[in-house]
Amino acid sequence: MAVGLLGVGAVVALVLAVAVGPVVVSPYDTVAVLLGLTPADPAAPVLIGTVRVPRALTAALAGAALGVAGLQLQTLFRNPLAEPYVLGVSAGASLGVALAVAGTGGGAAGTFAAGLAGAGRAGTVVAAALGAGIVLGVVLLLSRWVRSGVVLLIVGVMLGSLATAAVSLLLTLVDPQRAQQFVVWGLGSFSGTSGADLAVFAPVVAVGLVVALAGAKALDALLLGEDHARSVGVRIGRVRLVVLASSAVLAGAVTAYCGPVAFLGMAVPHLARLAVGSSGHRVLLPAALLTGAGVALACAVAAHLPWLPGPVPVNVITSVVGAPVVITVLIRSRTVNA
Amino acid sequence: MSLRLHDLTVGHRRGPAVLTGVTLDARPGELTALLGPNGAGKSTLLRTVAGLLPAVSGTVALDGADLLALSPAARARRVAVVLTERVDPGLLTAWELVALGRHPHTGARGTLRPADHAAVDAALVAVRASGFADRRVGRLSDGERQRVLVARALAQAPDLLLLDEPTAFLDAPSRVSVTGLLRRLARERGIVVVVSTHDVELALRVADRVWLLDRDGGVRSGPPAALVDGGAVGAAFDSDELRFDAGSSTFVMR
Repeated sequence: MAVGLLGVGAVVALVLAVAVGPVVVSPYDTVAVLLGLTPADPAAPVLIGTVRVPRALTAALAGAALGVAGLQLQTLFRNPLAEPYVLGVSAGASLGVALAVAGTGGGAAGTFAAGLAGAGRAGTVVAAALGAGIVLGVVLLLSRWVRSGVVLLIVGVMLGSLATAAVSLLLTLVDPQRAQQFVVWGLGSFSGTSGADLAVFAPVVAVGLVVALAGAKALDALLLGEDHARSVGVRIGRVRLVVLASSAVLAGAVTAYCGPVAFLGMAVPHLARLAVGSSGHRVLLPAALLTGAGVALACAVAAHLPWLPGPVPVNVITSVVGAPVVITVLIRSRTVNA
Repeated sequence: MSLRLHDLTVGHRRGPAVLTGVTLDARPGELTALLGPNGAGKSTLLRTVAGLLPAVSGTVALDGADLLALSPAARARRVAVVLTERVDPGLLTAWELVALGRHPHTGARGTLRPADHAAVDAALVAVRASGFADRRVGRLSDGERQRVLVARALAQAPDLLLLDEPTAFLDAPSRVSVTGLLRRLARERGIVVVVSTHDVELALRVADRVWLLDRDGGVRSGPPAALVDGGAVGAAFDSDELRFDAGSSTFVMR
């Protein structure tokens, strides 16, 4: 029921994200183009097909990926603050991308992300996922000795700082123009993806989501702690690996294509829990997927409102939306302890 | 279907053995209380029997089958555990929490079939928790919550139920009622129930059999009366301040 409503909300947000931009397409024309019919405005199909739909799909995929990755990590670490960005995963992905660019020389012109377009794009995703995976792997390794979730989060933040420092160092070594592009890329954007990019991005995210959704049963068992999960037959090592690998792929792919997107991974699972009123992952994972897609689309709409002088960086919007949500959840939660 | 620990040595990796060469029995339909002072190794022994900690050596057999040789999933269909660790169940209702116990019996997606629903309902009835099945676990009292955690283990349909200090956080009336509940469950379901507890006086009154650990790694077992009369309880627990009085089966100040 609640999940169905979230689905409807996500579809409405998708249509809005396609309709709204510097040029607002009428709702009738938007739906007409999306359904393959002839709109009243002859320019609508091109605008929608080449700009709006790729942007909307990118936002939906990124939101779904970050929401699901955040939920998985919150359950695995049993901490409401866990998410790819806080755990340094996005910074790791950034470092992977920066290394790939510095190593290969990257592309020629355009934005930092677009500079990686073409044959190198799949390599970028791999580099981002590897960077993300290495950070998550180190955090995971330490989690065997460190019992406190807060300490682990701090370790993640520190690893993120190290990765960011390494990226900064790399940026001083490349030419200033590309450094500037990296800074812009770091603000996050759902607009840099072409149809060809989506052909890679969408399947990668889909695989990550399918793997994550298949893990609902084990994540439920983890709700009562690792010892409990083991006592009902869960192989913890395997579950950790699957959760971290799928989270790394999801967060890594999003970072590769959209830049490091803040806050969605943390805020979306809390919004999803509020929406469905349950902690059971068979409901919560699909809910986080749809909530993530809907919220990211709403952010995309907000970033491209027609009366704004230009597109607002995605991270500005996600932080404005995400910070109040996270603060509210933390204040209301009685169970945030070390 | 009795539980038999044979020549079992338990301890943590790279540490000294906590208990050596333990041989103990527990029978179905009986409540077996695991007693001993702090640090005697109650939790370590229980966790080893549960398969959460690898045994250094020896065997744990249920009905003749070696529990420690089973795969985690196969063992989970025979052994259920209630742990001391305080858990944050998030938004789970009591019913949903109990349903987590069906984990070893459901398929890869965890879908609950009618038989699973029936097992969850029956477990809630058995612990007298049906009245708050739809309440959030976070809103239950400590006593209600502990009943729900026991129901979760029951829903797992175990032959052996292990509980590590299930009464530790409870007030006195709840301690009595949970301990009584465990004895009734052992009888009704004909399962082996082993419970570790600090509540020595209560356990000696309610349990059918006692496993007694002392501070020096010694292990005894038998009916409560035999251990009390033989002075074994006093030997295990007596300290500078307290003395176990065999006549009244209570601790008295020195």
